[in-house]
Amino acid sequence: METAAETAAPKITAKNVDVFYADTQALHNVSVDIPDRQVTAFIGPSGCGKSTFLRCINRMNDTIPICRVSGDITLDGQDIYDPNVDPVQLRAQVGMVFQKPNPFPKSIFDNVAYGPRIHGLSKDRAELEGIVEKALRRAALWDEVKDRLDTPGTGLSGGQQQRLCIARAIATRPEVLLMDEPCSALDPIATAQIEELIQDLSSRFSVVIVTHSMQQAARVSQRTAFFHLGNLVEFGNTDDIFTRPSDSRTEAYITGRIG
Amino acid sequence: MLTTLPFVLLLMGALLAYVINRRAAVSLRAGGAALHSSPGYHGLFAGLAVIIPVMVITLLWMFLDGAVIERMILAGLPAQAFDGDDAGAVSLILTEIQSLAGGRVFGEPEPWKQEAADRLNALHSASGILLIAVIVVVSIAILALRRARLSPEMRARQGSERLIHGLMVFCSVVAILTTIGIVSALLFETIKFLNKVPLTEFLFGLNWEPQIPIREDQVAASGAFGWIPVLIGTLVVTVVALTVAVPTGLFAAVYLNEFAHQKFRAFAKPILEILAGVPTVVYGFFAILVIAPALRSFGAGLGLDVAPNSALAAGVVMGVMLIPFITSFADDAISAVPQSLRDGALALGSTRGEAMTNVLFPAAIPGIVGGVLLAVSRAIGETMIVVMAAGLIARLTLNPLDSVTTVTVQIVTLLIGDTSFDNPKTLAAFALGMMLFLVTLGINILAIRIVHKYREAYD
Amino acid sequence: MENQTSTIQLVQASLVRRKRKERFLKGLGLSAICFAFLMLATLVISLVASGHSAFVQTHVTFEVFVDPDEIREKRLPRGGFDDALAASLAEYLPGVDLSDRATKKQVEKILSNGAQFHLRDLVVADPSLIGQTIELTVPVSDPYDQLNKGGIDPDTPEENRRLNDKQIAMFNQLVAADTISKPLNWGLIINADSRFPELAGLKGALIGSAWALLVCFLISFPLGIGAAIYLEEFAPKNRFSNLIEVNINNLAAVPSVVFGLLALSVFIGWFGLPRSAPLVGGMTLALMTMPTIIIATRAALKSVPPSIREAALGLGASPQQTVFGHVLPLAMPGILTGTIIGLAQALGETAPLLLIGMNAFITSAPDGPLSSATTLPTQIFIWADSPERGFASRTSAAILVLLGFLITMNAVAIFLRSKFERKW
Repeated sequence: METAAETAAPKITAKNVDVFYADTQALHNVSVDIPDRQVTAFIGPSGCGKSTFLRCINRMNDTIPICRVSGDITLDGQDIYDPNVDPVQLRAQVGMVFQKPNPFPKSIFDNVAYGPRIHGLSKDRAELEGIVEKALRRAALWDEVKDRLDTPGTGLSGGQQQRLCIARAIATRPEVLLMDEPCSALDPIATAQIEELIQDLSSRFSVVIVTHSMQQAARVSQRTAFFHLGNLVEFGNTDDIFTRPSDSRTEAYITGRIG
Repeated sequence: MLTTLPFVLLLMGALLAYVINRRAAVSLRAGGAALHSSPGYHGLFAGLAVIIPVMVITLLWMFLDGAVIERMILAGLPAQAFDGDDAGAVSLILTEIQSLAGGRVFGEPEPWKQEAADRLNALHSASGILLIAVIVVVSIAILALRRARLSPEMRARQGSERLIHGLMVFCSVVAILTTIGIVSALLFETIKFLNKVPLTEFLFGLNWEPQIPIREDQVAASGAFGWIPVLIGTLVVTVVALTVAVPTGLFAAVYLNEFAHQKFRAFAKPILEILAGVPTVVYGFFAILVIAPALRSFGAGLGLDVAPNSALAAGVVMGVMLIPFITSFADDAISAVPQSLRDGALALGSTRGEAMTNVLFPAAIPGIVGGVLLAVSRAIGETMIVVMAAGLIARLTLNPLDSVTTVTVQIVTLLIGDTSFDNPKTLAAFALGMMLFLVTLGINILAIRIVHKYREAYD
Repeated sequence: MENQTSTIQLVQASLVRRKRKERFLKGLGLSAICFAFLMLATLVISLVASGHSAFVQTHVTFEVFVDPDEIREKRLPRGGFDDALAASLAEYLPGVDLSDRATKKQVEKILSNGAQFHLRDLVVADPSLIGQTIELTVPVSDPYDQLNKGGIDPDTPEENRRLNDKQIAMFNQLVAADTISKPLNWGLIINADSRFPELAGLKGALIGSAWALLVCFLISFPLGIGAAIYLEEFAPKNRFSNLIEVNINNLAAVPSVVFGLLALSVFIGWFGLPRSAPLVGGMTLALMTMPTIIIATRAALKSVPPSIREAALGLGASPQQTVFGHVLPLAMPGILTGTIIGLAQALGETAPLLLIGMNAFITSAPDGPLSSATTLPTQIFIWADSPERGFASRTSAAILVLLGFLITMNAVAIFLRSKFERKW
């Protein structure tokens, strides 16, 4: 299976990506191929640029006026920074889950239905309800909230909120799901639930997860990229990275000497 | 001269106390004594010890001597001066005596009035001289006491810090005193008003005609004091103003917050603030100079009859005044929504417009509602625009094209000109003021609560 | 897979509509801002358009024969100054017969009513002028001023104008005789109020406003700073300080007219202070300005970093020495900025001053805080209420003067802020 993934055309390809915040360069010449239907983890010490790179993939960096991106990032061979590509459409294809759960101050149902509604993915109420149920089921939240879909999403526990955000992201049926340290604000039990969920989701689409926890990367991902000081140091199969790192910096990080 | 001299004396006294005690402390130290506090503090303590009590005495004296002298004059008047217990007549006589004393003689005053006027002048100068004497004596007494108490061990710093602390507490209490002053002034006159006009008539009466009879036997001019038409007029103007200000202000805030270029925002916000800084009397003139004629001819073009002082003109101009108020409140409220919600919406593929209308704006609504409520309270309490541009006659109408009057217009028109504190016309203004104060206070408290709650929710 | 493509297609299909909605929202926002700008522009333009003419004043310059038959030294200050002026002016009006009473009246009415008093003052000051011919420059009366500035159109039907054909003809004779000039109207600043627009000026109002603002500053500045320092630096967090805080917030939102009621009832009614006095006006404004100053001062104190306090306290300074010696000086620019903005608001405040009688008609400048006076905004209100046409432009001119002061004060505040603002 792993060999198949390596030979298949990558879902996302980045080539020579540089990112600047005003005059400071945050990322140096990053090139990476992200496979489809697998979990790719970005690890590295804080401030290493892993989140910045993640935000380039759905062009969330566009919302920061001083941020400038150069280089090529393609999704299914299509340059996502092409002037003809609408970031709105791109973000419908590339969903994102943030570090801190950020449910909208609306009901649980409206939270999940938000994406399908704005994108016009359902023809009628019944279809919308179907989409919401499916998303909540996939996010393993359905059984907990099915009786109180009209209560505010902000009233859920932290882990539930984060699963709600995942449900909200997958309700638009994205092709890629970006997760920016999705478990950093959660307790161990909720973290375990989310990790299980990530495994599950990767059977349908490509998942990219930023994490500062190496154990988490080892548990959930098939591929791992190690970032350090704005450089992509090493990228490869998770097992190789953790057992036979080829770069001394990676080894230092994994054995706990930097980070 | 007589008003400034006491203050000059009192400052001199304090300065003298400062200098003397400072010097004394310096010489003590020169004599080898170890001072607890530095000489400056000894001086400061003495100066404060003089200025605070003497200032209190002076101000109290100045506020009270008018009333005391008045009593003395009235008590000294011959019995024939009062042909009845009419308070109005008494105040008339007093005014006459005062203008006589000020040297403004009209016709041939009766001798007893001239005598009273002379006595008034004499009392006034006597009071002035007495005050100065009191200031001098008290200052010297305190100064002597402080000089005598001066010793190396004296804790002058702690003493003056206690006094300064007390002064600061007093400064803060002025805010409470002001509120007490407002409430008691309004309450006092309102109760007098309610003794003449029953509460139910005031609250539920449909007629507002605050004309009082000039002669006792005058026909059909007893005056009517039902505030409902005035209230309705106020509401009509307020609604017009908010209809202009709320959508304009909110759309402007949405644009500035989400879509505007940083440069445009930096340029547009101060310009909007200018609108907020224009004095209301200027808006009032603008209403009668430009807006009212424009609306009138526009209405005529549509075949509508717009009154020259329509509620519409006053309301539109008031709305323009409120735009920056609403905009800045809404802008702040939207900015207070956490960035993570905006990111969440955008990451789901919202356009920026959708992120604003579906997520940010709804999340900001509590804060915006607070701002709108404060704007309502401003519109209700706004005076000059309506005094200049709205009508004087209270009509029971909801039509904004008609001329209506408002609570504030009535307060001003009832109190402009002669005011004696005993006719229902004057007192009615205070009763209206009471209602205005209560309503705006209620709205303000509610608004401040909402805004605070909202801030807490996102902090 | 099919599912996925259909998502993209659906999104693409919806994009046109959604972009249109977004543009619509943007358009609404932009037009709201434009509406506000337009209103501001209309306000300024209409004021300038109607007010600029009041910055000049039509004058007539002519030789006046101080006729000893009309004006006798021993009867001074009485005398037929108006007749002397009319006779002299008629010299420039060939064909005008002064023996006709109506015509004489019309000739007299060309000159401002103040002209005769001006002549009287000259003669009283120097009685030797009697019998001499002197050159005099005096304002013309309001209708002729309007005519000269284009405010009266000679082509409209006669019955619709304030001047008939004959009067216009007389004026044109004066123009032809090169006696009419239109110099800068210093009277707008150096004259006090008058019933006659051509004589009315803002001197009384400016001095009244200055006194009121001075009183307001002297009261609100120390009280405001004292209260702010106490609340920010010393007050324990208890119900009492909470009460004060709630009070200050509420006072900031109480309608201004209510402060007028307070002043009328307490300052004038109970304390017996004089009506129309800048002292009372200033005290009222001080109560309204105090919350502004308190709020600004607290913000300024808050922006001084705690490290400054800790450093001073650590060196053994008492809390008061720390605040007055170190924190307050650093906060001063912010406090001054807030104070100037508060005073600018006070300068424009009108309603409470109306209630304490500062809208009186007073033809002399006040000589102290206790004499009757008007202020700039109340003077504007009085003039806006006056029926004479000449007052309309003077009102606009007075507003421009007021706005000039406000802009200056705010500019000073902004300058202070940018010059001394520190980022810690």
